[in-house]
Amino acid sequence: MKHLLSTQDLSREDAIRILDTSEQMAATQDREIRKLPTLRGKTVVNLFFEDSTRTRISFEAAAKRLSADVINFGAKGSSVSKGESLKDTALTLQAMGADAVVIRHWASGAAERLATSGWMYGSVLNAGDGTHQHPTQALLDAFTMRKHLVDSPTGSDLAGLTVALVGDVLHSRVARSNIALLKTLGATVVVVSPPTLLPVGISQWGVKISHGLDAALDEHQIDAVMMLRVQRERMTGGGAQFFPSPEEYTRMFGLDGDRMRRLPDHGIVMHPGPMNRGLEITAEAADSARSVIVEQVSNGVAVRMAALYLLLAGEEGVQ
Amino acid sequence: MTGTILGASDIARALTRIAHEIIERNGGAHSIVLLGIPTRGLPLAHRLAQRIAAVEPDFDAAARCGALDITMYRDDLHKQPTRSIGATTLPAQGLDDAVVVLVDDVFHTGRTIRAALDAIKDLGRPQAVQLAVLVDRGHRELPIRADFVGKNLPTARTERVSVLLEETDGEDAVRITGRDDSAGESK
Amino acid sequence: MSDLATNRPVVITGASLYGDTKADLVLVDGVIASLSAKDAPTDAVTIDGTGLIALPGLVDLHTHLREPGREDAETIASGSLSAARGGYVAVHAMANTTPTADTAGVVEQVWSRGLEIGLVDVFPVGAVTVGLGGTQLSEMGAMANSRAKVRVFSDDGKCVHDPVVMRRALEYVKSFDGVIAQHAQDPRLTEGAQMHEGFVSGDLGLTGWPAVAEESIIARDVLLAEHVGSRVHICHLSTAGSVEIIRWAKSRGINVTAEAMPHHMLLTDESVRGYDPRFKVNPPLRTQADVDALHAGLADGTIDIVATDHAPHPDEDKDCEWASAAFGMIGLETAVGIVQKTMVDTGLITWRDVARVMSETPASIGRDEAHGRPLAKGEPANVTLVDPKAAWTVEPTATASRSNNSPFGGIELPGRAVATFLRGRATHVDPRFEGAFS
Ligand SMILES: [Zn+2]
Repeated sequence: MKHLLSTQDLSREDAIRILDTSEQMAATQDREIRKLPTLRGKTVVNLFFEDSTRTRISFEAAAKRLSADVINFGAKGSSVSKGESLKDTALTLQAMGADAVVIRHWASGAAERLATSGWMYGSVLNAGDGTHQHPTQALLDAFTMRKHLVDSPTGSDLAGLTVALVGDVLHSRVARSNIALLKTLGATVVVVSPPTLLPVGISQWGVKISHGLDAALDEHQIDAVMMLRVQRERMTGGGAQFFPSPEEYTRMFGLDGDRMRRLPDHGIVMHPGPMNRGLEITAEAADSARSVIVEQVSNGVAVRMAALYLLLAGEEGVQ
Repeated sequence: MTGTILGASDIARALTRIAHEIIERNGGAHSIVLLGIPTRGLPLAHRLAQRIAAVEPDFDAAARCGALDITMYRDDLHKQPTRSIGATTLPAQGLDDAVVVLVDDVFHTGRTIRAALDAIKDLGRPQAVQLAVLVDRGHRELPIRADFVGKNLPTARTERVSVLLEETDGEDAVRITGRDDSAGESK
Repeated sequence: MSDLATNRPVVITGASLYGDTKADLVLVDGVIASLSAKDAPTDAVTIDGTGLIALPGLVDLHTHLREPGREDAETIASGSLSAARGGYVAVHAMANTTPTADTAGVVEQVWSRGLEIGLVDVFPVGAVTVGLGGTQLSEMGAMANSRAKVRVFSDDGKCVHDPVVMRRALEYVKSFDGVIAQHAQDPRLTEGAQMHEGFVSGDLGLTGWPAVAEESIIARDVLLAEHVGSRVHICHLSTAGSVEIIRWAKSRGINVTAEAMPHHMLLTDESVRGYDPRFKVNPPLRTQADVDALHAGLADGTIDIVATDHAPHPDEDKDCEWASAAFGMIGLETAVGIVQKTMVDTGLITWRDVARVMSETPASIGRDEAHGRPLAKGEPANVTLVDPKAAWTVEPTATASRSNNSPFGGIELPGRAVATFLRGRATHVDPRFEGAFS
């Protein structure tokens, strides 16, 4: 694997290999000494054109636990926030000898552009590009589901599971990444969303569609329900308004205790964070025993360690 | 000399001898923990543990065995295709103050053992670390030696030594291949 | 190339006029003096036209020359040369320059600069509204009455979206036989739009540009044109629905003309996978069904012309992430090859139709009286020679344009223009003919 840009690029075998590697990485994180020498001498650059402290520190922890040198590039005040072009930034990183670049960018396709333009040689790891993809988020979600919902997780896919994604699919890179990966791993995906927040081509995505959380709970036995974050700017008036009011959204799509209790006994509640408590999820659901939201965060480090290992440890250009 | 070097009975004898040597060297088996290095060090560690248990009834073979995957400690990762990472499992008692016997199939350059020593250092602080190998084929690149050896087997660098085990390969054998004619092949 | 612009007579022997009539062309003093080489003056330059298609010189109704204002992307000189190489004898230069071509002063400047360069006739398009702002009509009468004699008005790049402004513009230009060329794009439906809205945009997470944003404006404008009895021209048709609406409008007798672009006839939104901004254009690349509808529309006459929407951008405006990149593609030198590939070699139209859609009708829509004339004795000597067997692979940097933003790099085209004559003077000849001029 040279780059990790999109879950659409992953075969079932690729995905299972990443999840299995993540299991071993997670095992090392229970030990007293959690640092491994594996990526000594490698340089990982966190290139963030968009603020996201939680994602950046997750990647930073992953790289450091594998003994890579980490350079944080971006965030407020640096040249990337002052309109320096992606190309010039890439040339700089190349000159600095970056072995891998973890990129978060507001523009869809920026990671692929960085990987394929010839501006730099290193591996590119997409940490979220616009409304396109966020592959390590989908992998950590799949890892979490497999751990909780599959009897012998190692080597397994997610066949037979039904996963509901609730909320804004149109603008969500988390949803895109998850849908592609869940399908590759054999799960059934139910998208629960107002029609305004679904992309025009959704009927060709191979997912089941529901326009209310109650209906989705009636029609499907849902093993994992993933609540997507509602962006405040989708609620303002005019063309940017995608639903009438937060109250109506909560009534139709919010996960509260009553809806949560309609899940099967083993059903889990997920959220990529940060949550809008009281809007897409109530405190009761978010903090319940079924909630694996905090575990998603810790699994994120293991999955990102696995991704960095698979991208960087092997001989260059060899699978 | 191309062909089978050790057969099933040779391997069984060698392992029995090593088990006795381990007990003898350590004055019993009370502190012994066996860590097999995947892939084939693992079944070898289990076989040694069973043989030790046969002599020392207090020794719980299953509980004293573990697996030590050294992939993430290798110094040649960048020279090879990406390796899959195997599981590391330790005996419940951990490694602190134990006598750890590392078990591997073929002892060659010593780099695997160097990586294993690094891995052990991150997992605990044993009283001592010893090394048991089925075959020592020479060509050391590091100042490391084995404590218990099943068979010393002088080889050329170009040759390939394969250890086959019932658990992983369906038969027990040690074979050598790739010896060229100029090296004086005899049949 | 300017040393080719000799005043010597030219005789083209054995060419196939319109691809169906074998004849010679004798070009003397700017006119076609004869269709027989026997009448050629003794000092004439002889070009062997065997195997070549002779067409009335091509006319582009939709070109962005960028001068004044963005001479880093293109100049009237470089754009004229690129046009001549593509077989064009006239181009209509769009108004979205800096300053905007919304006054007689600016259009006269562009027109006279074109004349000075002399490689193609540069007909400036005047802006419909001041600064393309969409609110206040520009002084179209002054532009029409200027030396540039502007007849085509367009806010291209932007849509004249206010229905009242559009209605008044359609009415106003009647007094000087002008036409409004509409860039049909509902601005509200395309806020932040990056590519065609469909399955691929959903996959790529790029904001969609829905077909309806084009079709709703076209539907409105053909009805407005009918209501006020004006003619209207629709720029760059890109959707199957747009073709359907134009077909309906024409069946009702509405005075509407429409153009299709080579890139919309060859490429689809699948090209956007990979996020290479060379494929970013407005209106966007659509689906195969839309491409097929454009082919059918051009074949049955619903679509009147092929224009290029040649839109040069410097490398730095394309060497970036998709969302930051400029919209547009260059296309003057590839147009005739793409039309051959998609329409002629597929049997959908003949070379005679090519003469109609790339020369005669665009000239007539633009009221370019000296262009799009028949290849006949006494007519202006504006001639394009196409070699339909001169296959070539497009190399974006090997263009006379100052910009390299062609989406066709690496694509093989079956033929190309091998010589262009403007009023009898060679403005472009293939290297194989250069010897004839020495
Ligand atoms: Zn336009």
